[in-house]
Amino acid sequence: MLSIRNLHAGYGKVEVLHGISIEVPKSKVVTLIGSNGAGKTTTMRAVSGMIAPASGDIRLGGRPVATLPPHRIARAGMAHSPEGRRVFATLSVTDNLRLGAFPRLTFGRARGDVEGDMERVFGLFPRLRERRNQLAGTLSGGEQQMLAMGRALMLCPDVLLLDEPSMGLAPRLVEEVFRIIAQLKSEGITMLLVEQFAAAALNVADYGYVLENGRISASGNAASLKNDPAVQAAYLGRGH
Amino acid sequence: MDTLLQSLVSGTLTGTLYAMIAVGLTVVFGVMRIINMAHGEMVMLGMFGAYWAHEAGIDPFVSLLLWMPAMFAFGMAVQRFLLARVIPSGELNTLLYTAGLSLLIANLALFFWNGDYRTISLDYGMTPARPFGISVSIPLAIAFGLAIALTSALYLFLARTDTGRAVRATAQNPDSAALMGVNVARIDMITFGLGTALAGAAGVLLAPSLYLYPTVGEILIVKCFVIAVLGGLGSIPGAIAGGVLRGVVESLGAVYVSVAYKDAIGFVLFLGVLLLRPAGLFGVGRTS
Repeated sequence: MLSIRNLHAGYGKVEVLHGISIEVPKSKVVTLIGSNGAGKTTTMRAVSGMIAPASGDIRLGGRPVATLPPHRIARAGMAHSPEGRRVFATLSVTDNLRLGAFPRLTFGRARGDVEGDMERVFGLFPRLRERRNQLAGTLSGGEQQMLAMGRALMLCPDVLLLDEPSMGLAPRLVEEVFRIIAQLKSEGITMLLVEQFAAAALNVADYGYVLENGRISASGNAASLKNDPAVQAAYLGRGH
Repeated sequence: MDTLLQSLVSGTLTGTLYAMIAVGLTVVFGVMRIINMAHGEMVMLGMFGAYWAHEAGIDPFVSLLLWMPAMFAFGMAVQRFLLARVIPSGELNTLLYTAGLSLLIANLALFFWNGDYRTISLDYGMTPARPFGISVSIPLAIAFGLAIALTSALYLFLARTDTGRAVRATAQNPDSAALMGVNVARIDMITFGLGTALAGAAGVLLAPSLYLYPTVGEILIVKCFVIAVLGGLGSIPGAIAGGVLRGVVESLGAVYVSVAYKDAIGFVLFLGVLLLRPAGLFGVGRTS
């Protein structure tokens, strides 16, 4: 569904990604793990068009998207729940969710049942239903994370990019986030997941890639990566 | 008591028109982080539009139907072909650029239309209406009603429509808005078009009540910039409250202090509010 080949990207003259390749098959969850500064978020930003890749090929359902601006990539079916949530603080919860469906409500994407999908999101995140008329800026960190995920789901995406959905959350909420990712997976949603909690991410994922200094150092089935001694030592030890 | 009521009413009427100009300025700032120094010239163009329409035998208020879409298109073109190229070079450059645009438009107007003071005299503007013993200029009252209608229409557009939501989201965080599939360049065009249309419409509405001349925009931009900052730059309710407040304070000041100090009193109010609330009455921030 999402295919990244030999991607080079960075900021200005500083190259962060030195040619990485990742395959995300349809209805599978792929996780990208690695230490801080390895280039995980840069990968996500390049895939969704927030930064223009220097070179390489990105295909969404076979369609090349590497040179498209971010709004065209979103219309093509890529939803990005960004690091740090980035909800629209002065807009209400429902307004945030409707914006997630913007391409469906305007043009560029089949409309489908927007109201029904909003109900579905409220079903996944009951807290959001309680606070539907509140401004997003008044939500707690955990609720904002749920709103960011719900907003991304409103696109009915072909691929969902989740960047650090557990960042800054209390342990109970981290569990909740992973429970929801597992549920989305069971519904057949294709996901690329970037996580600091590598063990939990590998538990929910089908495949994993390890990113080290802008290069893929290991990849394979999530189960086999979890048992790889090198991966265990570097990413699955205490504190992970 | 009558004097008080009279000055409250006329202050509210003029204040609402100030508010309308300030709303255009504040919406553009909120979404694009541009302080459009040429906003006053857009008002001036609207005034001259009404003047030429009147000369051609069309009622100035009817000419709104022509000038609002025309100013909307003009604003979109200015954004698309001029500002869009300058904005990436930084806020200060954009500020200077719009200041240059302001001078250019005002001087082109001087060149083509000369600097004479003109007025539009309407048959129904000769004698004021006198409801409850208060004197109300009929063209100003019509302008007041239309200003409220147009500003409310803009507000509803921003609050209720999907494109309006996209405008507000872009104001909040352009990068995230783009991730939602919002074409930020197009939103910028729509926003600048709306701001320009609102300024032009305010000019049309004001034309029967003010002298018009090519450099009238200079005074209006200073007043309305102060109003927008007073209300909190980027906030529409703030611009409306600021406009009406300033209109009323000016009008009360003219009656109870001195006509000569009318503008000064407006600025004292401005300084006072900013001392107590540096972000303005309805100050809004932006998440990074």
